Amino acid sequence: MYVAVKGGEAAIANAHRLLADRRRGDRAVPALRLDQIVEQLALGVDRVMSEGSLYDRELAALAVVQARGDMIEAIFLVRAYRTTLPRFGYTNPVDTGTMQVERRISATYKDLPGGQVLGPTFDYTHRLLDPELAAGAEVETPAQRPVEPEAMPRVSAILAHEGLIEADGDMPLDHVPGDITREPLQFPMARDIRLQALSRGDEGFLLALGYSTQRGYARNHPFVGEIRIGEVELELDVPELPFAVPLGSIRVTECQMVNQFKGSAKAPPQFTRGYGLVFGQSERKAMAMALCDRALRAGELGEDVVAAAQDEEFVISHSDNVQATGFVEHLKLPHYVDFQAELGLVRRMRAEYEARENEDRPEQKREAAE
Amino acid sequence: MNAQSTDIATYNFAYLDEQTKRMIRRAILKGIAIPGYQVPFASREMPMPYGWGTGGVQVTASIIGPDDVLKVIDQGADDTTNAVSIRAFFKKVAKVDVTTETAKATIIQTRHRIPEQPLTAGQVLVFQVPIPEPLRFLEPRETETRKMHALEEYGLMHVKLYEDIAKHGRIATTYAYPVKVEGRYVMDPSPTPKFDNPKMHRSPALQLFGAGREKRIYAVPPFTEVVSLDFEDHPFEVQTFDQPCALCGAENVYLDEVILDDHGGHMFVCSDTDHCEKRRADGHHGHLAPETHSASGKMEPAE
Repeated sequence: MYVAVKGGEAAIANAHRLLADRRRGDRAVPALRLDQIVEQLALGVDRVMSEGSLYDRELAALAVVQARGDMIEAIFLVRAYRTTLPRFGYTNPVDTGTMQVERRISATYKDLPGGQVLGPTFDYTHRLLDPELAAGAEVETPAQRPVEPEAMPRVSAILAHEGLIEADGDMPLDHVPGDITREPLQFPMARDIRLQALSRGDEGFLLALGYSTQRGYARNHPFVGEIRIGEVELELDVPELPFAVPLGSIRVTECQMVNQFKGSAKAPPQFTRGYGLVFGQSERKAMAMALCDRALRAGELGEDVVAAAQDEEFVISHSDNVQATGFVEHLKLPHYVDFQAELGLVRRMRAEYEARENEDRPEQKREAAE
Repeated sequence: MNAQSTDIATYNFAYLDEQTKRMIRRAILKGIAIPGYQVPFASREMPMPYGWGTGGVQVTASIIGPDDVLKVIDQGADDTTNAVSIRAFFKKVAKVDVTTETAKATIIQTRHRIPEQPLTAGQVLVFQVPIPEPLRFLEPRETETRKMHALEEYGLMHVKLYEDIAKHGRIATTYAYPVKVEGRYVMDPSPTPKFDNPKMHRSPALQLFGAGREKRIYAVPPFTEVVSLDFEDHPFEVQTFDQPCALCGAENVYLDEVILDDHGGHMFVCSDTDHCEKRRADGHHGHLAPETHSASGKMEPAE
């Protein structure tokens, strides 16, 4: 006897109740507090803010715990919240030259004004698991030099004095910066739009594409001109006031990749740049973004488009992990109506095939006998 | 509407903010003005994943009002998990009445089917669309396909259908079968089986299509020509089934195959659960319908 399959609300509700139980885990273990996640899983929180396109540590921490540590799920939660927020306006462009720098390194100069500042980095740590950390050992207070009152000049500005590096470039005077969260993406896109998409793009995807350019798929000879991490001020123009209103500061990571360029019909020989800027502290993402940005400028610089990393439609259409995970995982949804249609077609074609086989068979036997 | 200090996160009525709803309504109006044309819109992240109906949900969220009655189906059924989930979403964020009865609904959001019962004027059918571009699998680049639509250059599609006939003796597209709308745009009817294509033709209902991940909205206004592509010597035809619905005995409806045991036993039942229930309530019986206690076979609306 046929029993109707009931997806049913009860089953879904029970599944979610079980999820909540598994999320909480052993009740004898204290539940995580959001401030613990903000303080102690800070780079995970940064990634969620960056790819979730919402600068709010507490919400990102909530998303991380709600997603049981699944980063893409956490990013999705943040995105689905930020998209409902009304838009009040746009801040003035951030000047990263005035950043309160905590880390700043350059691979192109041994020393430079402002110096090399390592800051809190995994670089040069030996990746040995630390049993003392597991035992909850006390941590020393850090030794830091006093904050520089002077702003650190950007390496790109130092190179620019000699005219060896391309300038920031000009947008047409009437160009209004786009907003990928408010307007549909359309190809081909201007660089401002592309950079926005890259900045919220999946770290792993951009890392792999950036890596592919280093391995010869659209190689572009990169040097890390500069990576800087620190706090930048945000300011908003309010029509009623004669000055820009400070909104506070955010922590960002900026990467300026310097790339050799032999010149083309469109541009003279000079160093070109790839640019990366992300919320929070994420050098890997900022560097990968800069490599991809430079690769995607192939058309603008008159280079041959030969590899995936240079293909704007390919890169930008597939860089968003919230979109990618949704569409891949939608294959879990029922497709039985379409499957039924295919089943009917295959059955019919199969019957025709077998009928043909049966007609052919006597001949084949004869041939085999001969 | 705004987050209050006591709440870490709150949401607007029907989830989307009013600016967004207006933007989506403008895209819908443009779509209605140019039937079959894919209007780019700034699709939002929704609280369900891309590919799970975010386009349809955004369209529904933008047009739904407090007086609307919503029906949500997936694969023709009201009780499939995703339909249950989307219906629950609108009950929660818009507090509208929901129904499983096709005739009672003012808005029907659907995935993969069009209800068997003919729709009437005033009803809106909202399709969830995964890939809105009918030419996508022939040409992966959006820049190219937009050009092809602009130039009405649909030769590639006819060549594809012709190659099907040359290879398989018939057009081997069984769902998402391309249609031409009002003699101009070739349109993807979403992955409904081609069985449902004729229902779109001159339908009195407004048909709206939302593709969230691909950021496109398109529309078929009421009483619009929707013609499935074919050739004079290979006219378009819909699927037929050798047997009627095993529960309600309906013929000329789309059927699902239900596996009964592991010896190849199977039965065919209506994909449209509301249609099937209605017919059984009206006294129709299929050969496997439970005669004695008909109530046990009746599917309750998943609420």
